[in-house]
Amino acid sequence: MEIGIDRIRCDGRGLCAELVPELIRLDDWGYPIIAASPLPNHLLSHAQKAVASCPVLALSLRQVAKRAQG
Amino acid sequence: MSRLRLLAGPDLSLGPERLRAHVERLGPPPVPGHALIDSLEKSGLTGRGGASFSVARKWRSVARHGESPVIIVNGAEGEPQSLKDRVLMSTRPHLVLDGALVAARTLKASQVIVYVGEDHREAWAAMAGALAERPEPELRRARLVAAPPRYVAGESSAAVNLLDNSVASPTSKPQDPHESGVGGAPTLVQNVESLAQVALIARHGAEWFRSAGRRGAVGTVLITVAGAVPSPGVVEVEAGTTVREVLDMAGGAGPAARAVLIGGYFGAWVDFTVAQDLALEAAALREHGLGLGCGVVGVISSRGCGVCETARIMRYLAGESSAQCGPCFFGLRALADACGRIADKGANADDLARLHRWAKDVRGRGACRHPDGAVMFLQSALQTFAPEFSMHPAHWRANVGASGVA
Amino acid sequence: MTDQLLWYTTRAAGALSLVLLTAVVILGVLSALRFKAAGWPGFLTTGLHRNLALVTLVFLALHIVTAVVDPFTHLGWLTAIVPFSSYYRTFWLGLGTIAFELLAAIVVTSLLREQIGHAAWRVIHWLTYASWPVAVVHGLGIGTDAWAAWFFTLTCVCVAAVGFAVVYRLVAGSRDPLSGPRASFRSGVERKSDL
Repeated sequence: MEIGIDRIRCDGRGLCAELVPELIRLDDWGYPIIAASPLPNHLLSHAQKAVASCPVLALSLRQVAKRAQG
Repeated sequence: MSRLRLLAGPDLSLGPERLRAHVERLGPPPVPGHALIDSLEKSGLTGRGGASFSVARKWRSVARHGESPVIIVNGAEGEPQSLKDRVLMSTRPHLVLDGALVAARTLKASQVIVYVGEDHREAWAAMAGALAERPEPELRRARLVAAPPRYVAGESSAAVNLLDNSVASPTSKPQDPHESGVGGAPTLVQNVESLAQVALIARHGAEWFRSAGRRGAVGTVLITVAGAVPSPGVVEVEAGTTVREVLDMAGGAGPAARAVLIGGYFGAWVDFTVAQDLALEAAALREHGLGLGCGVVGVISSRGCGVCETARIMRYLAGESSAQCGPCFFGLRALADACGRIADKGANADDLARLHRWAKDVRGRGACRHPDGAVMFLQSALQTFAPEFSMHPAHWRANVGASGVA
Repeated sequence: MTDQLLWYTTRAAGALSLVLLTAVVILGVLSALRFKAAGWPGFLTTGLHRNLALVTLVFLALHIVTAVVDPFTHLGWLTAIVPFSSYYRTFWLGLGTIAFELLAAIVVTSLLREQIGHAAWRVIHWLTYASWPVAVVHGLGIGTDAWAAWFFTLTCVCVAAVGFAVVYRLVAGSRDPLSGPRASFRSGVERKSDL
């Protein structure tokens, strides 16, 4: 599993970094930097909370996506 | 060294070739069989819009995703230094339209859209005039759509977005345009030069295409030569031609050549001594961690200033952010500001450390590839112009003549 | 005796619902303003906002149920859903029904946010700015306690608090630092007419 993010929807409110700081930290301008996948099992419930708490629904939990070509 | 195929025919200064002259010279437009995609695959043709992606693979992907795709003939040419698409459209519009026709018939497209930069008057007029001359129904129904004069307007998702929502901003791509583009239909976004090559391959075959090319590369490619050369402009050369050979066609880079920007503003700076022997071909460049991009080769001489030029280009790229995501808008702005400060006042260790850190933070975190392109460009500048960056004094600029990169 | 108990419960639960709803609205405004402080993280504002909204529903349910079963008011269950269908204080009670239904729509869509998507959720959420004032007017108009000092004071405090919060929100504008640059970029890439 990994945390997916819609970068256009994200507007830098930072609740995600508050709720799962082990996986998400904020850059100098308040936007999330998400740790490389996959996400460790013991953090899954925290990640779910972070995803649910995003006020603009920018985050999602998904199976590790294959890198698209082209 | 120059090998004219796309640009063969009447002198370019005569303007757009009319339909009758085009047909007299090359024969009627080819009727594609479904074997055309196989032919394209055998030819090894790669896209000329910047990503150098296999054209055959792209067409197969669109064909796989369903019925009645849309074809976008991409002549937006948002890269300021690049002239090749404009030159091609202004002088050989029917070659481009033949390619579009072949694509439309092979993929059974429902719509053809010709996307031309709104400020590119000659190209616009040539394509409009050429469309009016065509009898084929696919082209008579084609629409000519203006691309806004912004860097990102030529990006595939931006083109699709403009057609669907009237705004040429890139979008987050949960799906490929191949799968779901304009109005949800599978969409082929193909550069005008790529389509012109397709038009010739459809007539003469894959072997013919492969009969040009050097050092293992195939086909010909349009290159825009820019910067500190006597005759900048567009040339057509065999793929695999070296940078120095191409520069010689523009009058030569001269003994003071310092570095070459390969691939436009999303390309990379390379030291001239290394660059001059590089073969201009996607695969060969990839081995050096470089890309052909949109085929711009820009030279800067030691009379110019790599730091100032980099700062100028970073400021431009930061300004061209669509401001849809924070890392791109704020990150590129911070990087551009820092480069500008270094260009004005000189750098200290903190400045350079910050540039490296921000570059790393921004990369891969945009909704589209705009910040990545800008960051990789900057990282190549920091490497190639390392001595200039560390000792750049304010008075350096007084020494810059008019010979920086355009 | 039970009648009196029901009656007091209805009024108390109603007042409490108003206070809770006021807190929920203010927390919603704070959330839009991206309020944060040392010891008060962003998720606290949104978490409290959501949890208090659910608590409000509990007390609102108590308020409605006790009002309906109270023999004095002769309300049928239908009056909880169909506005202006009661004999008892038809207009003011109808407003209460409306406020309740708006709130129910807001809560249900919020619980189903992932399914309906952010855009639809947001539009319906703006109904808050209708639901809360309608609830206030319902409380003032329905009689009995309305002009009793304690309830009137309570209502005034709530109105002042929400009024202040809303005005502040309107004046502060968007807290999204990209909204300006995004708009100015968009205006540069809008489609002109085709040839």
